[in-house]
Amino acid sequence: MNRAPTPLLIFHWAFAVFMLAPLVMVVLVSFTDKGYIAMPFDGTSWRWYRAILDAPDFIDAFWRSLALAAGAATLATLVAVPAGMAIAWNQFRGREAMLGLLLSPLMVPHVVLGIALLRYLTQIGASGTLWGLTAAHTVIVLPYVLRLVVAAATGFDRSLVQAAQSLGATGWTVFRRIELPLIVPGVAGGWMIAFINSFDELTMSLFVASASTQTLPVKMYNHIANTIDPLLASVSTVLIVLTLILMLVLDRVYGLDRVLGGKS
Amino acid sequence: MIAQRNVLPYWLTAPGVLVMLAFVVLPLVLTLSLSLYPFLPGGTIGDSMTIANYADVARDEYFHVIFLRTFGMAFMVTFICIAIGVPEAYVLSRLSARWRAVSMVIVLGPLLISVVVRTLGWAVLLGNEGVINKILMAGGLVEAPVKMMFTFTGVVVALVHVLVPFMVVAVWTSLQKLDPTIEQAAESLGAGLPTVLRRIVFPQVIPGVLSGGLIVFSLAASAFATPAIIGGRRLKVVPTTIYDEFLGNLNWPLGATLAVVLVVLVLAISLGANRLIERKFKQVFV
Repeated sequence: MNRAPTPLLIFHWAFAVFMLAPLVMVVLVSFTDKGYIAMPFDGTSWRWYRAILDAPDFIDAFWRSLALAAGAATLATLVAVPAGMAIAWNQFRGREAMLGLLLSPLMVPHVVLGIALLRYLTQIGASGTLWGLTAAHTVIVLPYVLRLVVAAATGFDRSLVQAAQSLGATGWTVFRRIELPLIVPGVAGGWMIAFINSFDELTMSLFVASASTQTLPVKMYNHIANTIDPLLASVSTVLIVLTLILMLVLDRVYGLDRVLGGKS
Repeated sequence: MIAQRNVLPYWLTAPGVLVMLAFVVLPLVLTLSLSLYPFLPGGTIGDSMTIANYADVARDEYFHVIFLRTFGMAFMVTFICIAIGVPEAYVLSRLSARWRAVSMVIVLGPLLISVVVRTLGWAVLLGNEGVINKILMAGGLVEAPVKMMFTFTGVVVALVHVLVPFMVVAVWTSLQKLDPTIEQAAESLGAGLPTVLRRIVFPQVIPGVLSGGLIVFSLAASAFATPAIIGGRRLKVVPTTIYDEFLGNLNWPLGATLAVVLVVLVLAISLGANRLIERKFKQVFV
C-alpha cells in the first residue's frame, strides 16, 4: 500500500498529540517541587514520590487493588475457559443465549451494575465485604477473558484434534496435550486484560467498596473530590509506568493489536 | 458416549451462567423492582408498589435538564469521535507496519490506563491556571483565562479523549475487510483521493462507524468519572445524579428509577439509530 498523503499525516500526528497530551502532562507535573499543581514550574524534585511513601492509605489501596485484580482475573479465567471452549467447539441448544448472558456485563453501564450490586449485597448481608467486591469484579471482567478464549479456540485447526483422536488419544489427552496448549496464549492474554480492567475499574467499585475496602481508583477519586494535588500526579505516573510494562508483556504474550482490536 | 458429549457443554458453561444469574441478572431485576417502591421520609422504603418515582422523573424539570444535558453530551461526543476517529483509522491502515505498531500503542494504549488518570490529565490541561490557558495567554490570543473546567465543552473534550479509541478500533476492524484492489481500480480510472474516500472507502466502513458510534454513545451517556471530575457538582449528568441519590440523599428508589430510565433511553436510541442506518445503507449490511 502506498504512503498516506501529507495532510492526513499531519492530522495523524495532531491526533497522537491529543491522545498523549494529558498523560504527558500528568507525568510532568508529578516532578514539581511546589505544593500545588502548576505548569510550567521551575524546580524539579522527587518530593511527591517520597510523599507516596508517607501516604499509607494510598499504598494499602494499591495492594488491595492488585490482590483484587489478580483474584478477580483468576476466578474469571477459571470460569471463562471451560465456557469459552464449550461455546467455540460445540453447537448446542441455548449456545447463543449463554454467550449473550456471559457477555452481558459489557452491555450494562457500570453505574447501573454498581447500584444493583450495592442493593443486592446489602440484602444478602455482604455489603462492603472484600468477597462481595471480588464477586462484582469477577463478573465485570469475565466477558474480556471469554472473548479472547473463544477467539483463540475458534482460531485453531480442528484437524489436529481429529488426528490425535484417530491415533487413539482419549478426550482428556486431547484436551491436555493439544487443545489446552493451543489456547494458552489466548487465556494468558485474557487474564491480563481482565486484570487491567479490574485494576482500573472505578464506577462500580465506588458503590460496592466500603471505606475499609477502597480500591486505588476509588481512593484517587475520593482524593480528587477534595483536592487535586501533585500527589495524585505522582501516583498516576507510577500507574502509567506499570501499565506500559504490562503492555509490553501483553504484546509479547498475545499481541497488543489482537487484544486491543477486541474481535469477538 | 454420545449422550455424554451432548451434556458436556452445559456442564462447562454452567458455572459462568450461574455466576451471571446470581450477580448480574438477579441484582438488575431487584433494581427494577426497587424503582417501583416509594421512598418514605426518614430513609425507609415503603411496601406498596407505585409508579410515583417514574412520575417524579417525568414531571420534574430538574431531571429534564439533566437528561437533556446527558444525551446532548453523548451525541456531541459521538459526533466528534466519528469526525476524528474515522480518518485516524484510515491513516492507520495506510501507515507502514512499523509506524502502525507505534501509532496503535499511542492511539489505543490509553484504553488500558485508568480513566481517573486520563481525566486528571485533562484537569491539569483545562484549568484556569492550566497549560492550555497559559499557552493562549502567552501567545496573546486571549486576555483572561478561558473557562474550561466545569463546563460542557471541557467534559466533551475529555470524554472524546477517553472514548475515541473505541471508534478507531471499530472502523479499523471494518477497514481490514476492505479489498485494496477496488481502491486501486478507482485510482487507475482517474479518481483522486477525495473521490476514492467518498465513493469507495467510506460507504464500506459504515457498519464499523455504526458499531463504534453505538459503543461510544452508550459509554458517553453512562460515563461517570469524567463528568464527575471535569463537570463537577454544578454540571450534573444522569450517572452523577444516580450517584448523589444513592450515596448522598440515600433515596435508593429514585436512584434506581433514574438508572432504569437511563438504560431504557440508551437502548431505545441505539436500536433506533441502528434501524435507521441499516435501512439507509442497506447494500453494505449483507
